[in-house]
Amino acid sequence: MGFGPYFLLATLEGLVTAAVLALTALGLSLVFGVMRVVNVAHGEFYMLGAVLAWWFASLVSGNPALGFLLAVVLSPLVVAAVAFIADRLVLKRLNYEAEGTIVATIGLLYIIQQLALTFYGAEARPVQAPFDWRIQLPWFGYSAYKLFVIFASIAILIGTWFLLRRTNIGLIMRATQIDRDMAQAFAIPVGKVYAGVFALGAGMAALAAVLIVPIKQAHYLMGQDPLLLSFIVVIIGGLGSLRGTVVAALLIGLSDGIISMFFSPTLAKMLATLLVALVLVFRPQGLFSPGGVAAR
Amino acid sequence: MSGSDTTRTILLHGALLAGLAALDFVLPDYHHGVLARVMVLSVFAMGYNIAFGYTGLLSLGHAMFFAAGLYGAALPIYHLGWSVWPSLGAGLLAGLVLAVIVACLALRTLGVAFMIVTLMFSQVFYLTTLYFTTYTRGEEGLVLQQGMRTLALPGGHISLANADVRFWAAWTLFSLTLVITLFLVRSRFGRALVAIRENEERMRMLGYDVFASKLAAMAVSGTISAAAGAAYAVLFGYAGSGFASIQYSILPLLWVLLGGAATVLGPFVGTLIMFYLIDTASSYTTPHMLVVGVALILLILYFPKGIVGTIRAKWLRWLP
Repeated sequence: MGFGPYFLLATLEGLVTAAVLALTALGLSLVFGVMRVVNVAHGEFYMLGAVLAWWFASLVSGNPALGFLLAVVLSPLVVAAVAFIADRLVLKRLNYEAEGTIVATIGLLYIIQQLALTFYGAEARPVQAPFDWRIQLPWFGYSAYKLFVIFASIAILIGTWFLLRRTNIGLIMRATQIDRDMAQAFAIPVGKVYAGVFALGAGMAALAAVLIVPIKQAHYLMGQDPLLLSFIVVIIGGLGSLRGTVVAALLIGLSDGIISMFFSPTLAKMLATLLVALVLVFRPQGLFSPGGVAAR
Repeated sequence: MSGSDTTRTILLHGALLAGLAALDFVLPDYHHGVLARVMVLSVFAMGYNIAFGYTGLLSLGHAMFFAAGLYGAALPIYHLGWSVWPSLGAGLLAGLVLAVIVACLALRTLGVAFMIVTLMFSQVFYLTTLYFTTYTRGEEGLVLQQGMRTLALPGGHISLANADVRFWAAWTLFSLTLVITLFLVRSRFGRALVAIRENEERMRMLGYDVFASKLAAMAVSGTISAAAGAAYAVLFGYAGSGFASIQYSILPLLWVLLGGAATVLGPFVGTLIMFYLIDTASSYTTPHMLVVGVALILLILYFPKGIVGTIRAKWLRWLP
């Protein structure tokens, strides 16, 4: 295989990574943007989504598409419900104060992760893809499911954009983001909006996980890498910016595959993390937004 | 601060140190070992407390300072055949240098960004220890043999692998750190740190160099954490990447929260209780870190002052 096809393959793989990453990071970004809460447990919502997907899929025998369909609908809903409860029981009582919520979400991280270890176990388990066609390119065959993941992610991103920019729900969310007190004064139920956004963010992470779980297996520690990568994406893209998040996810997803081809994955992760920490130190508004909100 | 408060403070802390010393003779083997470990780890917590409790800098990356001390001491012993004293010095120096560099960068940010930046720097440090597996042996870690851990004293050489020696070494480090912390928080510098925590703008307006004070606080905090790490390496003879992982940044936060942030005795109380809690939990179930998660949430929701902090607020106003 020559360099061209090899590069195409790396790009396709990078696009799949970017597609899933964009969804996960967007969830984190929404929560930070609207609520000013840094959700350290975001990666665990992702993990929970994958683990539940395995469980739902295992309930249905026969056609794998049915199991996948069940997972894709129910898993994000359950995860969103868990997040909703966590918001009502914990975050709301802390009045969304920055340091308290970080400590609390660290606690949440351990609780979800350790409960998954208790009930799901330490094994990695696969979920069968809903279909296993291959698309035969002139140089290699490529899984149609992976292409489906890319397009599904694009569709969901467009849907989210529509929700935020063209609907009443989005208007209310943006109003809360811009000025919480003023929104409250205009009779927007800010508490409900917060709980809803927290659930939505967690649900997006879970949805991303359901999409990836036929490609990567479900494991109770699988939330760590997406958490770190989502942080990286959200920081480079500018905290709370939708367009920046998508651009940064593409950048990170594509370069992740290509850099890992040339360097050791550990070194790649090391350099990426260092770079992002420096971005946060010297350009807290992110690389793409000219004068966004500084990270406070 | 009145004279009688000073007397009471000296009496209380002196009594604690004497009590701990007396435990050397009565504790059964297992708890004897645990107490030595808890004393070293609570030095780490006391270091963390300087930054988090007194200065209000919520760092999520103190594992890197602990690990800097750990590797700063263990690597020269293991690879260069250094003796214990210079290695301890190397560990302290590594922690100090790292703390100054990290603080210079991270202190440009505030609040949430500070937490994330420290978390990320610490993650870079952790990945570095994994990347140089040839020297650090990664998660598996370095084991320092007994022969490498003999301490040269005026009276002759003693082995740190001996349980009693280890206890006294840990006790000495603990006492030193306790006394240093006590002096520090009662000094002008310590009170300036608390004032910065409470109202940074006002301190700046009063003409204090806030950045310099915070930098100094991080340097002291990082060096004390590194001292704990270096002591851990030579006393327990093990240095692994696990000590640089996020978990060891979370644990000191938990210890300090439980014991009471910005109290001198809180870190020790918190470390002691949490150590036994996790120890007990892990003898019943595999997922023993569940305790950590539940404790963090309960503390932040219902008990933000911690044990010693609550005692101070309710009964003993003079507690430092």
